[in-house]
Amino acid sequence: MNTAGTTPGTGPLLEIEDLRVTFGSPGPRGRGRVVRAVDGVSLQVGRGRTVGLVGESGSGKSTLGRAALRLVPVRSGRVSLDGRDLTALRGRALRQARRDMQMVFQDPYSSLDPSAVIGDSIAEPLREHEGLSRRDAERRVKELLDVVGLPAGHAGRYPSEFSGGQRQRVAIARAVALNPSLVVCDEAVSALDVSTQNQVINLLEDLRARFELSYLFIAHDLAVVRHIAHEVAVMYLGHVVETGPTDRVYDSPAHPYTQALLSAIPASHPRRAGTGTRMLLSGDLPDPADPPPGCAFATRCPYAMDVCREAPPATTPVDGGGEVACHLQTSGPTLAGRTLDAAGVRAERDGSPDVVPAAVRDAP
Amino acid sequence: MLGLLVRRLAFTIPMLVVVSFCVFSLIVLVPGDPAVSLAGENPDPEQIAAVRERLGLNDPFLLQFWHWFTGVLRGDLGQSLFSSQSVAGAVFARLPATLSLALLSLTVALVLGVAVGVLAAMRPGTWVDRVATFAASLGVAVPYFWVGMILVLLFAINLTIFPAVGYTPLHENPLQWFLHLFLPATALGLAPAAVIARQTRAGMTGVLREDYVRTATAKGLPPARVVGKHALKNAAIPVVTAFGLEASRLIGGTVVIEQLFALPGLGSLAYTSVFARDFPMVQGVLLVVAALVLLINLLVDLSYGYFNPRIRQS
Repeated sequence: MNTAGTTPGTGPLLEIEDLRVTFGSPGPRGRGRVVRAVDGVSLQVGRGRTVGLVGESGSGKSTLGRAALRLVPVRSGRVSLDGRDLTALRGRALRQARRDMQMVFQDPYSSLDPSAVIGDSIAEPLREHEGLSRRDAERRVKELLDVVGLPAGHAGRYPSEFSGGQRQRVAIARAVALNPSLVVCDEAVSALDVSTQNQVINLLEDLRARFELSYLFIAHDLAVVRHIAHEVAVMYLGHVVETGPTDRVYDSPAHPYTQALLSAIPASHPRRAGTGTRMLLSGDLPDPADPPPGCAFATRCPYAMDVCREAPPATTPVDGGGEVACHLQTSGPTLAGRTLDAAGVRAERDGSPDVVPAAVRDAP
Repeated sequence: MLGLLVRRLAFTIPMLVVVSFCVFSLIVLVPGDPAVSLAGENPDPEQIAAVRERLGLNDPFLLQFWHWFTGVLRGDLGQSLFSSQSVAGAVFARLPATLSLALLSLTVALVLGVAVGVLAAMRPGTWVDRVATFAASLGVAVPYFWVGMILVLLFAINLTIFPAVGYTPLHENPLQWFLHLFLPATALGLAPAAVIARQTRAGMTGVLREDYVRTATAKGLPPARVVGKHALKNAAIPVVTAFGLEASRLIGGTVVIEQLFALPGLGSLAYTSVFARDFPMVQGVLLVVAALVLLINLLVDLSYGYFNPRIRQS
């Protein structure tokens, strides 16, 4: 892995190394709860690339996205953007660095200041960082609204006057206003209906090509991620359990959790339903304040061995690209770097009455 | 915004009429006959009847109200029963002291309350927050006249930084004006400051968790802009609501504080007039105070339109 000292313009754009984010404090007598939301994550986003970050609710993917932008305090580890260590920046230097990294939030209803017209919301970073005059900022706002497909005349309207999809376009216009190199999209399309999702995803793709953006695309909708992402990282309980090129991860997942997650994608057509293997997980996500001692997934993994409950797995490369953290790859009888499917390991068939995955059970 | 102003004004004017009717009706409800006290010592029934006739007290109630109300519309609030002073003259001579006191107290309340509330909300659960919350509870619980006496004891008698009593008009000597009003305004402003601090803290802790505040941070804005512009403005509505309610209460509080600090304001005028049963004077003071309260409410309503654009449109 390429590490510290990367010069700008070469190497990956965003480099996260052994990042830890915790919430809460141990308290004076050590009885407080410390939630390890992100627990030793390393991840890279290449220039002009889109990395999808998937995982169930509570896996720490949003926290990872926010920590990458220094929006939540980082406990330990390093985040570098274009070779510059963000974790070392404070105050004014950090505010300056924010020009290059922006975020689009999940809920377009709460991510825009309801008491400001959208033109002001978009213009504010321009005036703050580029010192544009009111008139220049207004002109830029009109251009940006045009880029995201909104009428330039809407700059004087309040967020409450827009639909969800329109607001997300406003949020995107705001995010790209300063020509950032990285945009973290935190469930950016999850709150939108399907047809609007498509429009916004196409807009994001256009903008990536046009402005050479890189995205860290956080989502729980695996179908959307497959469409937009070049690479995928799968998170479980604060750990990245598998990374790799999107097609490889989707077609031949190497980690049992990835396999379970993918098997929960609903079929796009009723006729296709029931043809795939559905892998059922028992139990819920463990308490992140009290994670299992070995592999975080061991409590729910259908292949769990003794070693899984004792030692955390090391990261190993996978055939076809990417890495996986699973004991099956190292101590397992058959895998040795191959994917689950290739090794002939088959998940249980549908119908085990007592094991229903949380993801399926919670679905409406 | 203009539409909102017109709608609120249309609501305020009938309110004023209703209020003036209530104010006038108080005479009927208050025990005691001004004619008895005016007729001199040991009056005989004929003298009392003559005074009643002269004051128009024998007219039907609604007719009396009509005479008074048409006078009010012309700016004539009547005549004091005991002196030759006109009520309007007396009220407007006393108004500056009360307005100064009220405005200064409200400034204390707003500045102190918002500052404490914002600081507490920015560091929830820390000692800053706990001290602020405790101080706010204390501020609400402690009566303002007691605070006033303690302040006089500390800062006027022991430390002699501020004068204990008296008033200097602003146009004569601004510094003396401020020095004389500082203690009474602080005494009167602490309780509303506590209420405003609690509202601000509650509103801000909610708003500071919102995505648009996170967005503002992500834009790279300085913390003061994030808190002042994006967070505070959106947390402001419950705060200005509390401010309006507290302002109305605070004007009532001026009666006691003006007595305590010997300020020549409306409150002390109301106090002496009530005990003298000088009803026209009481009516005049009440009417002006009620108009002040309505004005404050009007301003609060209009500020909603500034803080929340959706109110402007509806």
